[in-house]
Amino acid sequence: MTKVLVVDDSNSIRDMVSFTLKSAGYNTVEAKDGQDGLTKAQGGGFDLVISDVNMPIMDGIELCQELRKLPSFKFTPILMLTTESSGDMKQRGKSAGATGWLVKPFNPEKLLATIKRVVR
Amino acid sequence: MSIDLSQFIPSFLEESFEGLELMESSLLDLNQDSDSETINSVFRAAHSIKGGAGTFGFNDVTEFTHHVETLLDEMRDGRRTIEPDDVEILLDSVDCMRLMIEAVRDDVTCEDEKIAKTSILLQKTLGSHDDDASTDEQPQNTAKNNEATTSNSCWQITFIPQHHLVQTGNDPLLLFNALADLGQLSVVAKVDGLPALTDMDAEELYLTWQLELKSGCSEDDIKEVFEWVEDECELIIEQQMQELDDSPVIESEEVANPSPIDINPSLPEKSLEVELAASKPSEKTASKAKPDVGSIRVGVDKVDSLINLVGELVITQSMLSELGNDFDMSKTERLVSGLEQLLQNTKELQESVMRIRMLPISFAFNRFPRLVHDLSKKTGKEMELIIKGEQTELDKTVMEQIGDPLVHLVRNAADHGIESAEVRIAAGKPAKGTITLDAYHQGGNIVIEICDDGAGINRDIILAKATEKGLVDAKAVLTDSQVYDLLFEAGFSTAAEITDISGRGVGMDVVKRNIQSLGGRIQVESVQGKGSTFKVNLPLTLAILDGQLVKVGTETYIIPLIAIVESLQAKSDLINRVSGDMVLYRLREDNVPVLPIYQLFDLTAECKEVDNALLVVVEADGQKVGLMVDDLLAQQQVVIKSLADNYQQVDGISGATILGDGSVAMILDIPGMIALAMKIGKENTASIIQESVGENA
Amino acid sequence: MNIQEMAKDIPVEGEHSLEGIDFITNGEQYLTFVLDQEQYAVDILCVEEIRSWEQPTKIPNAPRYVKGVINMRGIIVPIIDLRLKFTIGQPQYLETTVVIVLTFEHDHKSRTIGFVVDAVSDVLNADEGDIKKAPSFGGSMPQEYVEGLINVGDNVVTLLSVQALQTIEQHQLHA
Repeated sequence: MTKVLVVDDSNSIRDMVSFTLKSAGYNTVEAKDGQDGLTKAQGGGFDLVISDVNMPIMDGIELCQELRKLPSFKFTPILMLTTESSGDMKQRGKSAGATGWLVKPFNPEKLLATIKRVVR
Repeated sequence: MSIDLSQFIPSFLEESFEGLELMESSLLDLNQDSDSETINSVFRAAHSIKGGAGTFGFNDVTEFTHHVETLLDEMRDGRRTIEPDDVEILLDSVDCMRLMIEAVRDDVTCEDEKIAKTSILLQKTLGSHDDDASTDEQPQNTAKNNEATTSNSCWQITFIPQHHLVQTGNDPLLLFNALADLGQLSVVAKVDGLPALTDMDAEELYLTWQLELKSGCSEDDIKEVFEWVEDECELIIEQQMQELDDSPVIESEEVANPSPIDINPSLPEKSLEVELAASKPSEKTASKAKPDVGSIRVGVDKVDSLINLVGELVITQSMLSELGNDFDMSKTERLVSGLEQLLQNTKELQESVMRIRMLPISFAFNRFPRLVHDLSKKTGKEMELIIKGEQTELDKTVMEQIGDPLVHLVRNAADHGIESAEVRIAAGKPAKGTITLDAYHQGGNIVIEICDDGAGINRDIILAKATEKGLVDAKAVLTDSQVYDLLFEAGFSTAAEITDISGRGVGMDVVKRNIQSLGGRIQVESVQGKGSTFKVNLPLTLAILDGQLVKVGTETYIIPLIAIVESLQAKSDLINRVSGDMVLYRLREDNVPVLPIYQLFDLTAECKEVDNALLVVVEADGQKVGLMVDDLLAQQQVVIKSLADNYQQVDGISGATILGDGSVAMILDIPGMIALAMKIGKENTASIIQESVGENA
Repeated sequence: MNIQEMAKDIPVEGEHSLEGIDFITNGEQYLTFVLDQEQYAVDILCVEEIRSWEQPTKIPNAPRYVKGVINMRGIIVPIIDLRLKFTIGQPQYLETTVVIVLTFEHDHKSRTIGFVVDAVSDVLNADEGDIKKAPSFGGSMPQEYVEGLINVGDNVVTLLSVQALQTIEQHQLHA
């Protein structure tokens, strides 16, 4: 089953993303900030990472950079959850190695349709 | 498939309130020298609230919070210095956000002037910075080149990815999957670019593709699928009109859906709308429309402790059960010890469960830094707040109800206690006044102290005011504490105080009543010139009462310990009979009316004469009464059970409890009994009670 | 010896559970009981327990027919003597006197009240057609308490209204 790592410091957003994914048959693991996400990533076997950008301790950009250093995450799709669709954020994300972005506010149907670009 | 996220709204609301609290407490301390993490955390809180609000469509919250977020973003980036005035605006913004989110929670419309005013202030502050940001922010509503065609076109797509594409985590095949959702797709891979096998890098991509998509979608829809890789590929999209039999050919210039969205509502328009809304008499008050069953967050440690105790209980039970299976008299000792063990387990379990409803008083205390900050500004007096004992725990319900009285007491300290800087300096005190909030456990209660180092209570002024209002006789001689008690008399509050608290008509009498309704009491200590301390004494939980068991005839009653002044045996020479049936007992300076419980409750009692009778002197609402009983039994903690659930309220009785022997005992409601006595008693008896109250006060 | 067995020998004021009742139909079984010489019945689904009479704790200044409250598994249950409320016969409190504890559910709230009766009889099966309308005059019971009459052999059983019973003494109850 497709396993997704969901990282967001907002409990409700994290719950909603996780719920949406689970409803569609995905398996999810949740983390509350970048550091927590990195720790949980060590578990391996992830097909996708969805992460917020603004988080305490370690933000999404740094998480992405750190994940890309891990062999098991070299090609894993990493999507940034962001409210900014400005070019600046896209660039930062890409430079960090992100695969793409998902724009907030979060729309469940849109999320599910969009992640099809990177997971089955 | 439609996914319903409304179940997450309560969690979002709870999170938002917490976020607002965090914002407020961080903002109160925010200045130039604050570290970046402080301002970042405020930003993140606002950001989360905006995100969540957007998801659920709470657009007014989203719009307002967006400005807040922008301002905070500028501050955290260093693009804007942190000015005190801006912090004030942000604090006001937090208030507004709170109002709006409360309105969402209560399902009412929010029409507060403050929101409009603050919104305008925010936008003014942001000035020209704002224009860029809002353009980006309207999610998915930007006027795209969305021509919804009704007939299929045939799209020819050439996709030439750069070699390192897969290293971004993108997979062309999956992109095509997404594309296939738009219509009918056929894919042809081109192998022309493949190098020799020995030159191939396993992590690079050498293929290119030619795709044909039959779809009624737009070009932008196709571009969107490839949006993440647009910088890492060459994408050529050509449209070929497909002629279907009946449908007309769609010209690409035709816009089926005219761009409907106006992204930037112009500022003046918006404020006009809002002002109009604000001037309408708001019919829906922000009173809580939805009754909330309520929930509690419990620390895992408390739950674990509970699980352990239940485990021990189970062990004890199985031990006793085993004893019972094969019992003979030689095992009596083990039985007794087993029962003792059971008692211990049950006690610990009870305490543990009670603790679940207990929360640290910090939840009630956390609104005070802001309150004092605002009061300081409003009164122009310098003052600071010190909080102690915020980890002291008390029952959740008690805490919810003690909030307002505490606010009033703190306001009181700020308004009447703390003097202005000049006066303080002249008195040799530091210019800044100090208000201290403290909480600690004492006996089975929690004590909350509100202490100020201000002017103290001026006994003469109080006495004069009270006399003026007819609350005391001009000639009466009163002790200091009796004078301070006058503060709590109904009618003592001045009109100025009442309007001060947003017209809610709160006075010290309401404070005292609220505290008493929680089973507590309030005392005042003061030294003129030095300061005052208000001490609020509350039971730790509402469900349990410390009681004195008494016997009247064959019946056992419980008198709340907190109401008992003292118990004594009536001495004949101190008994005075007044006209009618009223009996007064001389207790030091007071004349205490004697209430024979057996008469009040229509019972047969052993002791019917006041001479040498056992009197339990109790106090309620400033009035002392001597309850006549046959016998004093034990003092114990009792669990309060409601009579009203299955029966109804009974005058003079506040509830019932189940004693150790399984029988039911009634818990006396002292104010209720006094009221009952007055009702039943003869008219002149009633008036005599009034007079003796006048003397006592 | 098993302590539970020992306990059985000790006379106890306790409950008798309703065993062996065939709960096949919904609401068409009634528990019949006796007040003085007359037979009454109540919907068996409301019957929580049947208890021996025990002296309850008095409620101050309550009406005569409100005998007091008892502790039933931690719940405070008021005991009402229907014989006193409706002036039926000369109430006595003997070893055979019984309290029928009824639980009413209404609007997600439940109310439990115990009613003192002289004796409990059989369980009656009756369907709607068997319940005849009661005459509007006479009878010890005020009309609002009577659901109808059921003929059982030569006897007539008065079916009591659960609605009316659950609001007995309700005037000060908070919603």
